[in-house]
Amino acid sequence: MAENSKLLEVKNLTVHYETDEGIVEAVNDISFHIAPGEILGVVGETGAGKTTIARSIMGLLPKPPAHVISGSIQIEGQEMLSDKPESKGFFDFAQKRARSADERRLERIYREIRGKKISMMFQDPMTALNPVLYVGDQIAEVIKIHENVSEAQARERAGEMLELVGIPADRYKEYPHQFSGGMKQRVVIAIALACHPNLIIADEPTTALDVTIQAQILEMLRDLQKKFGTAIMLITHDFGVVAEICDRCMVIYAGEKVEEGTLEDIFDNRVHPYTVGLFDSMPDMYDNSLRLKPIKGLMPNPMDLPSYCSFYDRCSVRCDACKDGAPVLREINRGHFAACSAAAGRGEVE
Amino acid sequence: MVKYIIKRILYIIPVMFGIIVMVFIMKAVTPGDPVLELLPLTATEESKENLREELGLNDPIIVQFGKYVVGVLHGDLGTSYKTKQPVLSEVAERLPNTIILAVWALFIAQIIATPLGIWAAVKQNSAVDNIIVVFTMFGASVPNFWLALMLIQWFAINLGWLPSMYNGSLISWILPISAILVGSIAHTARAARTNMLEVIRQDYIMTARAKGQKEGTVIFKHAFRNTLIPVIASIGSALGSLLGGSLIVEQIFAVPGVGKYISDAVSARNYPALQGGIIVIALLCCIINIIVDVLYTVVDPRLKTTFMKSSKKRVKEAV
Repeated sequence: MAENSKLLEVKNLTVHYETDEGIVEAVNDISFHIAPGEILGVVGETGAGKTTIARSIMGLLPKPPAHVISGSIQIEGQEMLSDKPESKGFFDFAQKRARSADERRLERIYREIRGKKISMMFQDPMTALNPVLYVGDQIAEVIKIHENVSEAQARERAGEMLELVGIPADRYKEYPHQFSGGMKQRVVIAIALACHPNLIIADEPTTALDVTIQAQILEMLRDLQKKFGTAIMLITHDFGVVAEICDRCMVIYAGEKVEEGTLEDIFDNRVHPYTVGLFDSMPDMYDNSLRLKPIKGLMPNPMDLPSYCSFYDRCSVRCDACKDGAPVLREINRGHFAACSAAAGRGEVE
Repeated sequence: MVKYIIKRILYIIPVMFGIIVMVFIMKAVTPGDPVLELLPLTATEESKENLREELGLNDPIIVQFGKYVVGVLHGDLGTSYKTKQPVLSEVAERLPNTIILAVWALFIAQIIATPLGIWAAVKQNSAVDNIIVVFTMFGASVPNFWLALMLIQWFAINLGWLPSMYNGSLISWILPISAILVGSIAHTARAARTNMLEVIRQDYIMTARAKGQKEGTVIFKHAFRNTLIPVIASIGSALGSLLGGSLIVEQIFAVPGVGKYISDAVSARNYPALQGGIIVIALLCCIINIIVDVLYTVVDPRLKTTFMKSSKKRVKEAV
């Protein structure tokens, strides 16, 4: 069945942060899916909304200020967002009760999912581990939560997980500060994989590490992914990382999906001017030019997004049609989507 | 670890020396003559001069200082002008009362305030949080001597439930301890709340939630110990201000403690008693700070390994 082939399906997700300064439109109408065993790269610059998407999936958005305005998140067919509307009125007690009861129900379901079906790796391994607990116990914790095992069994399993990520099990009783950054990230991977989840959301897992360690960590992620058949949603701003391990790739700009496709689609046949700009801004070994070619300008303020294409102001191929309204996501080839009025025309010519 | 403790104990020596110097400078610059307090108004100039000579007040200040330091090193804090008793035994007699007052206030404050602060932080911006914030702000800004007088007014005079003065019974401890306790709870709760707010925003709390852990366990297993680190660190300084505060509260409730001893000594220009009291209180502060620092390494493994590493390194070098 088509529905069951999707591990995760996100439809029209819109998330806003309501702050004192205004409403931050962090994620705008994003839809995507991840199939079992697939590695999806999510690429975008800082502030594009990548982490917000990841946290929405995990149900770990900081509420307040975050509000899920609309959309649906289905994990193995199970809807994870409340369909009860958020009450705006102060006296809507019945509605408020219904909403909070529904949220409690979803939170219970989420507790079963987090760590077991979907686990998450955070950006900075330096701060992702609790400084006052043994690293081994931090791995054993997730096993104890989700599996009906004794304390001793959980410890043994945690030791095995340490060995699996290349750390001797006799370092079980050490604290995170005794580990290097790369080793901490290995521990984080061990925590993420401990209960053999179907999906790992890796939020910039290598950004805080130096390049040689990055390569090691990526290689290990790929090997373990092959071994367990785990799907990975890899959030990054580095196309090099995407090229290394991903099957498919999605480019995010100002909270919107601008292009999505297989690695070939994105690397060889990219159509959206933002994706093109991202590639152009990467250093090229065979190019003799002295300077990089960055995309001019800055990302629009997420509190004040334009009604038309949000990339318009920085775009090199813009035309009058671009100002007529938000661009529609069009399928250029099978499975290759881009949201650009100008590029869509080019795609048809192709 | 033992090396560290010994090092900390050795640090006490310069600290105490500095305190003796400061007390002596204070004595040299304060106006007033203890002899006038000790002798009747009708005393002759000659008897005054004799007493001054007898008490060593005519010696140059540096000689007085030298004699005093030698005395302290021999465990002699001098003789009280007023009672002609050794200061050390007088202070030792009163010390337990001060310790009871300060330590109980501190202990009860920790027990009540830490959970209160954590509760407020977990329910940030809720009604509970606002109530706790307002009350702790009130508690932190009320001076303890005013509170002491109000407590006497309400509970001793109007209601007549509790004795207004310390009379040696257990029940008469309630008012003095409460007078100190309110400020102490307020300060500790505010510190605990701030620390907890910081800790629950840390990445490792998100990691714990991402494991599917229950929110309560996240708070108590992952956040609590990290919150305790700065809270324990603040105990040392809190105790300093508690001992200072007990000086006034002891006076108001007539608790025979070191605080009252010191304030009596100040008004009588009883220099040996004053110096002895201050030195003992300072020593007490130093010792408690060492205990706090050792406790600190128990809660925070990062510090413990620092000591272990340095000692291991030395062992390697020796080999």
